[in-house]
Amino acid sequence: MSDILRIEGLSKRYGQVLAVDDVSFSIPEGVCFGLLGPNGAGKTTTIEIMEGITAPSAGKVLFRGLPIGKDFKAKVGIQFQSTALPEFITVKETLELFSSFYEAPRPMGEVIDLCSLSDILDRDNQKLSGGQRQRMLLALAIIPRPEIVFLDEPTTGLDPQARRNFWELIDLVKAEGTTVILTTHYMDEAQLLCDRVAIMDRGRILEIDTPDSLLEKHFDGVLIRLPYDGCCTDALAGFEGIAIGEDAIELQTETLDRSLKDLLAARVDLTGLSIHKPNLEDLFIKLTGSSLRT
Amino acid sequence: MVLKQFAALYKARTMEFVRDRGTFFWNLLFPVFIVLGMAFAFSGGDETLFKVGVVGTPDGSPRLLGMEQVQAIPYADAESALQRLERHQIDFVLDFNRATYAINGESSKGRFVRDLFSAQQAAGAGATAPARLFEEVVVSGRATRYVDWLVPGVIGMNMMFSSLFGVGYVIVRYRKNGVLKRFKATPVGALNFVSAQAASRLVIVLLTSVFVFSGTNMFLRFMMRGSYLNLLLLTTVGILCMISLGLVFASRMRSEEMAGGVLNVVTFPMLALSGVFFSLEGSPTILRTISRVFPLTHFIEGARAIMIDGAGLVQILPNLLVLGGLTAAFLALSAALFKWE
Repeated sequence: MSDILRIEGLSKRYGQVLAVDDVSFSIPEGVCFGLLGPNGAGKTTTIEIMEGITAPSAGKVLFRGLPIGKDFKAKVGIQFQSTALPEFITVKETLELFSSFYEAPRPMGEVIDLCSLSDILDRDNQKLSGGQRQRMLLALAIIPRPEIVFLDEPTTGLDPQARRNFWELIDLVKAEGTTVILTTHYMDEAQLLCDRVAIMDRGRILEIDTPDSLLEKHFDGVLIRLPYDGCCTDALAGFEGIAIGEDAIELQTETLDRSLKDLLAARVDLTGLSIHKPNLEDLFIKLTGSSLRT
Repeated sequence: MVLKQFAALYKARTMEFVRDRGTFFWNLLFPVFIVLGMAFAFSGGDETLFKVGVVGTPDGSPRLLGMEQVQAIPYADAESALQRLERHQIDFVLDFNRATYAINGESSKGRFVRDLFSAQQAAGAGATAPARLFEEVVVSGRATRYVDWLVPGVIGMNMMFSSLFGVGYVIVRYRKNGVLKRFKATPVGALNFVSAQAASRLVIVLLTSVFVFSGTNMFLRFMMRGSYLNLLLLTTVGILCMISLGLVFASRMRSEEMAGGVLNVVTFPMLALSGVFFSLEGSPTILRTISRVFPLTHFIEGARAIMIDGAGLVQILPNLLVLGGLTAAFLALSAALFKWE
């Protein structure tokens, strides 16, 4: 698999703030690539540099090995985090407007079917619900039959049902072989959709790999979690792989029944205990020492 | 390809305007109300004073010119005095060089002064000594009402607001809410986008102006001595100039409040100094000099010249040239400054 997009030594400075700090990675063609991180991590700046919308302070972006040129815009589809749509025109008219921008746009019927827009075609852009709006914005992004679709926090602010519907749409886009690059601060979203993820915090990439390899690399076994009220941790002193956070104690273990027996023997109060398989959320907490500032 | 994009953008922007009912009716009805309102407010303003134009040096002291109710206005030559008479700006002309007096056949005030003057001459006493025989000259011409003079001003004003805000403000709003950024992410060029906005607005403002003019003309029957084609040409150039000025402000600004403020700063001096409602004749030279740089001044001046003086292309050429020059300068400036974001 060849790399469709490669970024090298990317930095972006806004005044005193270094929003993106010397970031390099590459994205193989046809994958769904997730840029994960809390708000303010530099995800949007990074993705907008990759889109060619924002100029980097340093570094470069290569599309199929070459610096991005004039025709790049015709080959990618972009959904920004917040976009107003032209007012007083309908969904159908907006689709027609955007179709006119491209040499060989996807047939309108195909776009409408793919993004399930048939029920809202005559609706004014201003009267769309959150989920309808995101579907509409995705439709605009796929009109040019893009080689890459960029989605910046596509499901932020959507209700759970609308998020699940949107994930199905992204699966359809992926199924066409389109490379999808998305940012999110929802770890479940990344785990479900992405083939590769980069975990970003404070302008830097902390880890980059497939979700499974990352979890395998950082976690063995399962996590036992206990509520923590700020006292009586003496009994836990002897346990290995223990992490004490602000309101929870986490114990990572490969031998679950052995650890539980040990905890009972140490007379630890097991009220509120939970056991779960580590996910990207846990990994993020482990890597950054903080929970997601969502 | 570029044409296809242009046509689609033009259509979208025009639909946005037409469907925005509030703005649409405001743009059409506001100027109509102003013209009709002003016509009504100033309709009864006939002064009781009689204005007599005087050409040459009076021999003796004619009683007519000494009267309290008569204002004597000296003119250097007979032509300019007669022109004023034709437009009912004065009621009577006494030409001592040619020994003629002139009246406007359509002015009853003129005939009254004529009768008074003849009676005074016949009576002899205190009339010109020796009592000379004056020959009568009759000119004709409709009175120029305030509203004839006003309508180019109001159309110009509406044109200015509609062009500056319709292009300037709207593009700033697009930039602020991210519509421009979304367009930037497509293969549409900035020039194409901006041209489509400007073209849509040009047609809208032109149609609005024609509507306002013909709508109010049905009731008020404006004086029109020149050609409608020339007026249309001047209006088109005027609108282009205003739109280009709007584009300069739209090229960078991100805040609607800021744009609104700046546009007000630009429109108020033009409103005050371009002679929309009142003539600047007689105001300080400095103000009149400043007013020469405003596009609105040149539009209004040219339109009045066409309608009231019957000016042709040659006479309004200076106005057209200034408007054209300003348009080119504004376009170049906005092209240099324009940023999507």
